[in-house]
Amino acid sequence: MASAFEYAPAPESRAVVDIAPSYGLFIDGEFTEAADGRVFKTVSPASEEVLSEIAQAGEADVDRAVKAARRAFEKWSALPGAERAKYLFRIARIIQERSRELAVLETLDNGKPIKETRDADLPLVAAHFFYYAGWADKLDHAGFGANPKPLGVAGQVIPWNFPLLMLAWKIAPALATGNTVVLKPAETTPLSALFFADICRQAGLPRGVVNILPGYGDTGAALVAHPDVNKVAFTGSTAVGKQIARTVAGSRKKLTLELGGKGANIVFDDAPIDQAVEGIVTGIFFNQGQVCCAGSRLLVQESIQDELLDSLKRRLSTLRLGDPLDKNTDIGAINSEEQLTRITSLVERGEAEGAERWSPACELPSAGYWFAPTLFTNVTQAHTIARDEIFGPVLSVLTFRTPDEAVAKANNTQYGLSAGIWTEKGSRILAVANKLRAGVVWSNTFNKFDPTSPFGGYKESGFGREGGRHGLEGYLDV
Amino acid sequence: MSDRLSVLKTYKLYVGGKFPRSESGRVYEVTDSRDKWLANAPLSSRKDARDAVVAARKALGAWSGATAYNRGQVLYRVAEMLEGRKSQFVHEVADAEGLSKSKAAAVVEATIDRWVWYAGWTDKIAQVVGGGNPVAGPYFNLSSPEPTGVVAVLAPQESSFLGLVSVVAPVIATGNTAVVIASEKSPLPALSLGEVLATSDVPGGVVNVLSGRTAEIAAPLAAHQDVNAIDLAGADEVLAKELEIAAADNLKRVLRPQPVDDWSATPGIDRMTAFLETKTVWHPTGSLGASGSSY
Repeated sequence: MASAFEYAPAPESRAVVDIAPSYGLFIDGEFTEAADGRVFKTVSPASEEVLSEIAQAGEADVDRAVKAARRAFEKWSALPGAERAKYLFRIARIIQERSRELAVLETLDNGKPIKETRDADLPLVAAHFFYYAGWADKLDHAGFGANPKPLGVAGQVIPWNFPLLMLAWKIAPALATGNTVVLKPAETTPLSALFFADICRQAGLPRGVVNILPGYGDTGAALVAHPDVNKVAFTGSTAVGKQIARTVAGSRKKLTLELGGKGANIVFDDAPIDQAVEGIVTGIFFNQGQVCCAGSRLLVQESIQDELLDSLKRRLSTLRLGDPLDKNTDIGAINSEEQLTRITSLVERGEAEGAERWSPACELPSAGYWFAPTLFTNVTQAHTIARDEIFGPVLSVLTFRTPDEAVAKANNTQYGLSAGIWTEKGSRILAVANKLRAGVVWSNTFNKFDPTSPFGGYKESGFGREGGRHGLEGYLDV
Repeated sequence: MSDRLSVLKTYKLYVGGKFPRSESGRVYEVTDSRDKWLANAPLSSRKDARDAVVAARKALGAWSGATAYNRGQVLYRVAEMLEGRKSQFVHEVADAEGLSKSKAAAVVEATIDRWVWYAGWTDKIAQVVGGGNPVAGPYFNLSSPEPTGVVAVLAPQESSFLGLVSVVAPVIATGNTAVVIASEKSPLPALSLGEVLATSDVPGGVVNVLSGRTAEIAAPLAAHQDVNAIDLAGADEVLAKELEIAAADNLKRVLRPQPVDDWSATPGIDRMTAFLETKTVWHPTGSLGASGSSY
């Protein structure tokens, strides 16, 4: 669609962030090389430029970090809650102060648009630390009985889609409840976690309370399996989640899992169409669709299908894909070549199985990992693209006739993380929300997050909740 | 001593509101603490376990959809029925656990009281573990607990009645349905509980009671793709690990065996929350009076 006005470039400056050519592991308050000297490179997905070389943690490093966390646990857990709270408040404040730097860093390392890191990720990161800071001295009132105890050393493995936000979701409640932490960030996005190590230093956090071990899946596996880890928290794929559940079986390790999703976004015929279109776009194109609770299945009532799809396609044609550091950019880069390959192959499978593919006219940059916003129509429940999590900017459109059919189709998945409902009828929202088997139901909105609000899945989307009072439970001996 | 010959009971399973024999046609000898023969109990098969899951799944919709008030009424009715059959259970518990009549009576009374305790929880748990979340924005945001679904329950091996009820009542109080494996050595109180449930307005399929070899019945339940959760109370360490690994296949909620010194102590709410999901619903609110906005 021709535009009457072109946007002038509005790039955010990179000068605000200073990335060192290499980083070590963060163990016991110090940056250190890996025991076996291994390193890996992290690249900017938008340009494939090498950003830095990172030490890769092996089994010996995991052991060292767990020992450091164990040593730190004794004093940290014995601190009065009010003192722990003050550390967390400090961290929250420093994150706010350094939020621009961190937003640019995250955009460089992850490929997501600056407007998302600046306006969504970073404010939420700070908010999570503020929220859980306030719990640290109020645990007696959290509903888990008097004087609930921390578990010990928490081994935490986080994904690459929201690197710093997932770190906040994991570390803030762990520290508030008196646990110490060994966290493994994803191999494609280790930088913001390492910058967080520096924030811990600025906040004067005692040594060993937070340890950061960049690495690949084997590092995470070693951490999860370490006999002296008391709690395991993982966010990532369902397949890996199942493997972790098998690993901790028979142990006393407490486990919480935030896994995949195939969220249904249900649009009824009386929905406010414009708002619904915005919600659909937010639901599946936010963060290039690399969101576990993405609304990747659009269920639209048959009678408004044409109107809605016309409107949706028109809207998609206005999305701007390109330089993630440009403040006008809506769609950034896919996080890695590996993920791009996965998206591409699932989309090809969708075409091969007979679904109809559509994308707006969209020029992809020559370097980096890019995928145009994509919409599939003529999708049936049997299609791979309606069943498998794609984790990319790909929306599958299905139709329904009655609310019962909508509910049945929405629930027809192994996952149960999120769902959306669009209708002006309040009683229908409540009735449908009741019947959906999903941990988060957004009605007339989508992809909203807040530290006070529990988040987590039903069925194979995992167990346990993060955020809110509920998020404390996974870190307490209750 | 009268010379009347007593009428013995044929113990049967309780599945889907009916009292079938094991489809396998097998039974095993149940003896008291002095090895005296008490009865033949059904030796359930894997097929019995799968049938019980089908029954539990079928019952789930109506049971989880019933009002919490109604579930409380039904549970209380169970306690009423238990009270009426107290002497039968005192007899069975005394035999099963080698207790004196007075000690067995105390156990049965504690068990009935346990039912009453859980009956009172049905319409309170949502208020205790759910609630509104003060999100930073104009949204209505409410978290509520919901049942996980079909729960496989391995009843404790030693406490044949109080332990059994302590693990079954919390599962159904919150709207789940249950497939229960009775204590392997002492299954008779559990099988008789089925008779009570059948006459207590508990819909068929909400609780299904199987007797037999715990390990044999539990294996297909832990691996079953249509079972949502499993309580491993009655499993030893080795079996518990094996079952937990199998349960990972569809990410069942697993309650590991918890050390329980005394089943008669007041339980907390952990056995209820272990089989609850939390659903959080968001909706925009009109923001009254804020910078020219309206509703």
